[in-house]
Amino acid sequence: MPTPARRIGDVILSLDRISLAFGGVKALTDITFDVREHEVRAIIGPNGAGKSSMLNVINGVYRPQQGTITYRGKQRHGMDSHAVAEAGIARTFQNIALFRGMSVLDNIMTGRNLKVRTSFVEQAIWWRRARREELENRAKVEEVIDFLEIQHIRKTPVGRLPYGLQKRVELARALAAEPSLLLLDEPMAGMNVEEKQDMCRFVLDVNEQYGTTIVLIEHDMGVVMDISDRVVVLDYGRKIGDGTPDEVRGNQAVIDAYLGVAH
Amino acid sequence: MSFFLEVLIGGLLSGVMYSLVALGFVLIFKASGVFNFAQGAMVFFAAITFVGLQKEYGIDFWLALPLTLAAMVVLGLLIERVVLRPLVNQPQITLFMATIGLSFFIEGLAQMLWGSTPRGLELGIQDQPFEWLMNRFNIGVSQFDVFAAVVSGVLVVLLAIFFQRTRIGRALRAVADDHQAALSVGIPLQQIWAIVWGVAGFVALVAGMLWGARNGVSFSLTFVVLKALPVLILGGFESIPGAIVGGLIIGAAEKLCEVYLGPYVGGGIEGWVAYVIALLFLLVRPEGLFGEKHIDRV
Repeated sequence: MPTPARRIGDVILSLDRISLAFGGVKALTDITFDVREHEVRAIIGPNGAGKSSMLNVINGVYRPQQGTITYRGKQRHGMDSHAVAEAGIARTFQNIALFRGMSVLDNIMTGRNLKVRTSFVEQAIWWRRARREELENRAKVEEVIDFLEIQHIRKTPVGRLPYGLQKRVELARALAAEPSLLLLDEPMAGMNVEEKQDMCRFVLDVNEQYGTTIVLIEHDMGVVMDISDRVVVLDYGRKIGDGTPDEVRGNQAVIDAYLGVAH
Repeated sequence: MSFFLEVLIGGLLSGVMYSLVALGFVLIFKASGVFNFAQGAMVFFAAITFVGLQKEYGIDFWLALPLTLAAMVVLGLLIERVVLRPLVNQPQITLFMATIGLSFFIEGLAQMLWGSTPRGLELGIQDQPFEWLMNRFNIGVSQFDVFAAVVSGVLVVLLAIFFQRTRIGRALRAVADDHQAALSVGIPLQQIWAIVWGVAGFVALVAGMLWGARNGVSFSLTFVVLKALPVLILGGFESIPGAIVGGLIIGAAEKLCEVYLGPYVGGGIEGWVAYVIALLFLLVRPEGLFGEKHIDRV
């Protein structure tokens, strides 16, 4: 295990007293935590604790009723998804959200969407600048493909791939955008041990090689404790624990939430 | 032989006109998964507005064209905003029903604005055979048909390039597959839909002008939708090349069947043979020639 202290920088994302409700259902109540540059930050909690809602708030899909989000010095209440992507935040989804009709390559190319600078007229007439740009984007995509070891399925329509590989393609699409902050919603859900080990390795490699900050939701406690620098624990939309894996493991509220407690 | 060729060419050329209508469907279906039943009404609305502007207000042909185009794009944008956007994430059948309602609304609107009298539409191209072809090979090919085919061909090539080569094209395909994922890579959903409906309005205008010039501009123009259906079934709902090939096959088959099979069953085949072909085709290849084969893992 690498020692986390070596690389972690300043706080780049901080969430301050976030509350989110859908009608009468309170998904998140008064949640405050931060994410430091280059760290692997895990969000854990039992089902329905509000983990995915939390990611959706960071990602701009949901707009919290209260609280502020500060990302790289810019404060906001909520943001649209387009602006979030522009700011260098990419994500994967709990239930795979890929473009099923397209090949693996095309799917990952969509991750380069915001890197395209030439106009569509230039692209349509196959202008030199547009062609060069397409080649550059393609080169970057190939790099990601090599990195995640999915060369052999490049041309396969994603709908035909097994689940574990689809998850990997989704990660590839997120990486193609060269994000500075990567949000992973249960990247290892439904995988067998071997696939999980591969995914862990990729997540850590991304973090180390590209210095990408990672916020991940995961249910497998072994994985979470192994790869994360700090863990935040949610239960019924409230924060009940925050700290290093060891601290969280010893936290009585967390143990109660997971194992149940006699009232 | 020359008679066979004349029938075949006539069929292929009229098939291109079907393709043009089918194209409007494909565009919307590709980008939003909505089967837009109102496409026929949009074709009618475009044609009657174009003619109306000229006849009622005495506006010049070349001025009426951009004005109608603007009206169609605005109509497309309005449909997107007022009808489809509130229905985001609803099942496809709901969206389909909404477009049926929409088609009645547009037809009513067109009659309210321009009245219900049929009008002629003049493009300045004669519906007469080329003389040199007639003299040399004894084949009659209508000048108007060739003109319409060329216009449609150019339009198709432009759209194909737009979809295949540009970032917007890739974004369109992405949006059709998964809204959430598209948002996460920074594709602006609403902007993409606005573009699609704008382009669909433009295609409706071209189709409306050509069909209007051929058959006159009347309420029956909305029924060209029905002719686009077999074309779509043959070509596949998601495919621009499919709309073209499907159109050519249906056009040629209609005319050839009418001429060579018609006499045995008392004629009048042209009106329905396309649907029979489509039905047979559904049995063999339900996704169409160029459509995407959907494989579901269960």
